[in-house]
Amino acid sequence: MKAVLVLRDGTYFTGESFGAGGEAYGEIVFNTSMTGYQEITTDPSYNGQIVCMTYPLIGNYGMNNEDTESYKPHVEGFIVKELCENHSNFRALTDPYSYFTDNGIIGIKGIDTRALTRHIRSHGSMFGVISTLSGNIASLLKKIHENESRPVNLVEEVSTDAKYHIRGRGFHVCLLDFGSKSNIIRSLQTRDCSITVMPHDSTANDILDMKPDGILLSNGPGDPRDLVNVIPEIKKLAHSGIPVLGICLGHQLLALSLGMDIYKLKFGHHGGNHPVRDLITGKCHITSQNHNYAVSLENMAPGIVATHVNVNDGTSEGIMHTSLPVSSVQYHPEAAPGPEDSAYIFDGFIETMRKNKNA
Amino acid sequence: MPRRTDIKKVLVIGSGPIIIGQAAEFDYSGSQACRALREEGIEVVLVNSNPATIMTDMETADKVYIEPISLEYVKKIIKEERPDGLLATLGGQTGLNMALELSDDGILDEMGVELLGTSLESIQKAEDRELFRDTMISIGEKVAPSAIVNTTKEAGSFAEEIGYPVIVRPAFTMGGSGGGIARDRRELEDICSRGLKLSVIKQVLIEKSVAGWKEIEYEVMRDGNDNCITVCNMENLDPVGIHTGDSIVIAPSQTLSDKDYQMLRSSSLRIIRALGIKGGCNIQFALDPESFEYIVIEVNPRVSRSSALASKATGYPIARSAAKIAIGLDLDEIKNPITGNTYACFEPSLDYVVVKVPRWPFDKFHMADRRIGTQMKATGEVMAIGRNFEEALLKAIDSLDIKLNYQLGLQLFENTPVEELMDYIVHPKDESLFAIFKLLQKGISISEIHEITRIDVFFLSKLKKIVDVADEIRNAGIAWLDYELYLKAKKVGFGDSYIANLVGVPLSGILELREKYPIKPVYKLVDTCAGEFEAVTPYYYSTYEQYDDIEYSENDKVLVIGSGPIRIGQGIEFDYCSVHSVEALREMGIESVIINNNPETVSTDFDISDKLYFDPLTEEGVLDIIEKEKPLGVILQFGGQTSINLAHPLHSAGVKILGTPMESIDLAENRNKFLGLLDKLDIPIPRGKTAFSFDEARLIAEEIGFPVLVRPSYVLGGRAMEIVHDNRTLEEYMTMAADISPVHPILIDKYIVGKEIEVDGICDGRDVLIPGIMEHIERAGVHSGDSIAVYPTITLSDKTIDTITDYSTRLALSLGIIGLFNIQFVMDENEKVHVIEVNPRASRTIPVLSKITGVPMVDAATRVIMGRMLDELGYGTGLLPRTDFHAVKAPVFSFSKITTLDTFLGPEMKSTGEVMGVSRDYREALYKALLASGLRIPPSGKIIISITDRDKKDCLPVASGLAAAGYELVGSPGTAEFLCTNGIECGTMNDPSLIDEIKGGSVALMINTPTRGKMPGTDGFALRRTAIEYNVPSVTNLDTAGALLLVLEYYSEGIEPRVHSLDSYSLDRRIPQTDGKGQCS
Ligand SMILES: Nc1ncnc2c1ncn2[C@@H]1O[C@H](COP(=O)(O)OP(=O)(O)O)[C@@H](O)[C@H]1O
Ligand SMILES: Nc1ncnc2c1ncn2[C@@H]1O[C@H](COP(=O)(O)OP(=O)(O)O)[C@@H](O)[C@H]1O
Ligand SMILES: [Mg+2]
Ligand SMILES: [Mg+2]
Repeated sequence: MKAVLVLRDGTYFTGESFGAGGEAYGEIVFNTSMTGYQEITTDPSYNGQIVCMTYPLIGNYGMNNEDTESYKPHVEGFIVKELCENHSNFRALTDPYSYFTDNGIIGIKGIDTRALTRHIRSHGSMFGVISTLSGNIASLLKKIHENESRPVNLVEEVSTDAKYHIRGRGFHVCLLDFGSKSNIIRSLQTRDCSITVMPHDSTANDILDMKPDGILLSNGPGDPRDLVNVIPEIKKLAHSGIPVLGICLGHQLLALSLGMDIYKLKFGHHGGNHPVRDLITGKCHITSQNHNYAVSLENMAPGIVATHVNVNDGTSEGIMHTSLPVSSVQYHPEAAPGPEDSAYIFDGFIETMRKNKNA
Repeated sequence: MPRRTDIKKVLVIGSGPIIIGQAAEFDYSGSQACRALREEGIEVVLVNSNPATIMTDMETADKVYIEPISLEYVKKIIKEERPDGLLATLGGQTGLNMALELSDDGILDEMGVELLGTSLESIQKAEDRELFRDTMISIGEKVAPSAIVNTTKEAGSFAEEIGYPVIVRPAFTMGGSGGGIARDRRELEDICSRGLKLSVIKQVLIEKSVAGWKEIEYEVMRDGNDNCITVCNMENLDPVGIHTGDSIVIAPSQTLSDKDYQMLRSSSLRIIRALGIKGGCNIQFALDPESFEYIVIEVNPRVSRSSALASKATGYPIARSAAKIAIGLDLDEIKNPITGNTYACFEPSLDYVVVKVPRWPFDKFHMADRRIGTQMKATGEVMAIGRNFEEALLKAIDSLDIKLNYQLGLQLFENTPVEELMDYIVHPKDESLFAIFKLLQKGISISEIHEITRIDVFFLSKLKKIVDVADEIRNAGIAWLDYELYLKAKKVGFGDSYIANLVGVPLSGILELREKYPIKPVYKLVDTCAGEFEAVTPYYYSTYEQYDDIEYSENDKVLVIGSGPIRIGQGIEFDYCSVHSVEALREMGIESVIINNNPETVSTDFDISDKLYFDPLTEEGVLDIIEKEKPLGVILQFGGQTSINLAHPLHSAGVKILGTPMESIDLAENRNKFLGLLDKLDIPIPRGKTAFSFDEARLIAEEIGFPVLVRPSYVLGGRAMEIVHDNRTLEEYMTMAADISPVHPILIDKYIVGKEIEVDGICDGRDVLIPGIMEHIERAGVHSGDSIAVYPTITLSDKTIDTITDYSTRLALSLGIIGLFNIQFVMDENEKVHVIEVNPRASRTIPVLSKITGVPMVDAATRVIMGRMLDELGYGTGLLPRTDFHAVKAPVFSFSKITTLDTFLGPEMKSTGEVMGVSRDYREALYKALLASGLRIPPSGKIIISITDRDKKDCLPVASGLAAAGYELVGSPGTAEFLCTNGIECGTMNDPSLIDEIKGGSVALMINTPTRGKMPGTDGFALRRTAIEYNVPSVTNLDTAGALLLVLEYYSEGIEPRVHSLDSYSLDRRIPQTDGKGQCS
């Protein structure tokens, strides 16, 4: 079946459809990871986005039920050069084709993904549509503009509705879920934490009532500035004296709540090869990243220092408070997919909780 | 940390001659590293015995020493140069081992020379199997159960303990020398005794075999601040059990999930940290296809063949970063030259697939054992880039230049029964890939092939797809070859001539379709970042996609055709020539575009030319690029035979060939036209005739008289060119070797016993410049590539030199050569000079002559090709006066790697590389050359001597000389008797006991001149092979033996070694008087 990808600036690519049929609208971003396509499709941060994989061969090792970052795929649509027809890996349970079909994900393959990537690089990530219904560019463009202006609450869609608990012998961590990746939870579990996952709209009091040893602000989709009700709550948490760790969207929310600014990157960071310098140790780490917004380092809020910066473009990768046990990172220490170099961030969080408890 | 200021002068050790397992990749990494160091203002001193390298150019280092990489000479250099630091991790295993020797010797401490980059401890930890194993275990990394043994007996008992099959691996060797998989006790003893002999520290490792697991490699870097990155990972299509150097390798890995990928990546980081490597290393893993279990196979604590491949596959310059790290810089301080605004501290992301395919020498060595295993046999490799696996693989196959005409090798096996094909996958051989294609086509199931080969189903399915598309096209025929199908074929990577073959129309038929549709390739950029950042590198590959990455300039450009994979007869020297041609063009302000497909080379480094196309050197590949680039013309004469063979197709496609025109090339290569010309010029050539039938052959032989040199136009069973001494042998040769027929005639020439002389020159159509003449030590009959060559000539009379100069000049002019030419002559006992052949192109000896005479021959030739005249260039014309230095070029062989190949030297070339020795004293130059070539003869011991009757009369001087030198001669009965009757003491032994002598280790040298070679099974053959397997120096030619004797005498005089840097011995270089553009070699 034919499919077409149309960008809001009128650029379009015709290819072949895979997965579900229909029309998928969303912001088109590219991801440069060469492995980890299943983690990417199931990462809730991609809610509302259509992801283009720059690596041309996708699906080679099939699909399993372990490499998932949430209970279902969250990408609006998926763009690949080639989707594997004869996957091979000892853990594979299903083939990529039925996976996307069964999960109702609309995909397009066989297009010049490098050309698309270069287009986004020079014109910025933009809204668009994958359609298997019509190839009428004019009408699709019209629909793009309608859909783009339609208000959506991306975080609400992916956050847990009710709080739930995961037992553990160690520290009690409240995970404020804006669309958390499962590997954040796994990373806490392997460190014996007992975890309470809380909905995105929990108030500071809801959380403090849980008597947590630490609070983790998860990753999630969209523009942090839209979460106007969340920010004041986080401000309270930040000043509660309980250790707080923010990851990705959590990092941006923390920064906002502490009085810093956010801006949108031209085409974001999406991949597993971004070098980050730890300003405290002076060492560099290769990190897994997935964000379109960044914390501005122009005017640092009082008491805030930068702890990590991106080696390539100098953007903010981590901050901490000088007097409060509060810190955050823009990248993904939980990896999945991507390098495991930054697991030390979780160890640091555990350490902070220990110190704070003994203090 | 910013770069260290206490390091001002650095000695870089090269990797020496090209041998199997250590090829051009180290010229690439070495010269890149030198450039990187000099960028930082470091004074670089370089030592390498291999003249055919960019590394050993004036421009690469501040001081270049073309000297033996041996303790005595490198010590001497260190004493004279007093460097602050030594960089040894860029010269392959040779460089590493040299560094170890130097430090053991104590000279480094004595002179206060610091080993830069990876420390000795780290090198030892990685190289010494026991230390390595302990280190791995200490950080919880698994290695295969193994034991270090020093005797075959220990080996046996341990093998019983862990169970067969086991694998034997010597410490401190490269390319798997002396290694192998033993299935039982007997095999174990064989392999083990050889391995022990070859290991520098007389140790081998016996290890449980994990053959069949996935073989995965990671290229890892670490700086002084403990920052680590993995540049790239690679998956071998051939599972563990086949040497990575002999495996088809894919970058990045294809069948690894992110969990697998990160598991091995994290392991790589743990390992490089535990070893404490500062710079780059290569880590090989064996990964169980059915679980997360893996073992570490080995770590190479240096740049390697794999790191060269990784650099070309990703665009990330590993050697450059390694060099900068060695002088203190950290990864996050080194700019990524590709993007210009990001840093070396990142991990490349690919948006294409890279496939590397090995190039084996079996097209020359038909008789050799073609099975591949844990010991590397490939001489070179090709790489191809595509947007899918099929395309990359087929482009790589096309790049091999093995005359498959895109047939997927299916033709090879047209009538081969399935059982036979099966043998190819049960016992892997060089052609197994093609056998698999054929098996799939014959309907053998993927799972069956997988069961036997353990090749991942992912790859087998891709191979199946290729075969299916081929069948689809065949069935469609020209009638149904519509737009969709044709496009599909191109996306899969099929060349037009293959498609034409499939549908049964002439190529032109397909080309019309192509124009009609139209379907053309686009060119994409290799940018290390999958398009995420703006990139400035002019490094491209062709593919069938929608959009082109390139804006094509209107500048004046010239296309230089590279030489493809390194193979016997076409080595690194042609890459040297291509690079110099490109540099000359750039200096002339002409945009230079190069096409090549060899990942090991300097020419495929992206900053050498203005534009690099990494694509097959096929008619189609080259024409497509020409259509896009619209160059003024194409230069073919520097890329060896590969590019010369393109002359005809390009010419008929209307492409302008710059330099020597099509007609002249044809005149030189078409035998009859050539004979006609020589006749006209009255220049002698050995009498010869073409025989179309058996009887004709016999008549011709009798007419011109034995011995004759026969060359079939069509080769059967590997008996190509051969010297035939009598009727009986001729008959036998005819019947079993050459299929003679009107279609496949045989050329029969008078074999002239005499001196072989070689000339390289430049012709501008008016004048001819001959920088120097070289004379061979071995009489004609030993291929020019295999004989020791001397500059300047030592035995030729002025009269002969005048004749040769006259012949060369008239030949070049009347052939219409514009640019380089190479002529081989043979001079008989009455000093009559005959022409053997003229090559209208660069030759093997160009680098040697350029370096010793100081005439940058390729630079000059390129300028001539572009229209300049020789007399403007200021190097003079005619034969230049000799310099006061002697240069001796000696061949280097890889016999230990190619089992069952006879080592005798004949008209078919066998050497893989060469070295050069330079001195004012001829004997020292000879000594240096032989030393550098690896010939090391113990000062005392037994010398086995067995001489064929033909040569007996000539062997007395050598024999008596050796006896006088105090060696104990033992000979085969015939030879012994002959020597004794001539008053030379010599013991008698029959071949079997001679073989025991060799195994016993008491033999210093073997001189064995064969009755006739290429005859496995004969005693002589066994004798020669045993010598190789047991590392006993052996020569098969009396002239070589004579040279050895000279060297032994020289050595016994105990003269202090003398070293000379390139600039010092070319002080009397003929620097161009007229224009400054002239110099640059
Ligand atoms: N334990 C093993 N079992 C089976 N094959 C092995 C084993 N170890 C190594 N090999 C094979 O032998 C090849 C050469 O071994 P390696 O240690 O890499 O030597 P080299 O120094 O020549 O690269 C490897 O590429 C691999 O395919
Ligand atoms: N007529 C001949 N007499 C003696 N030796 C010859 C003769 N022809 C060729 N040879 C020997 O064979 C070698 C290879 O022959 P050549 O024609 O140069 O083939 P190639 O093209 O492989 O260089 C020469 O280097 C020379 O030693
Ligand atoms: Mg190896
Ligand atoms: Mg020749």
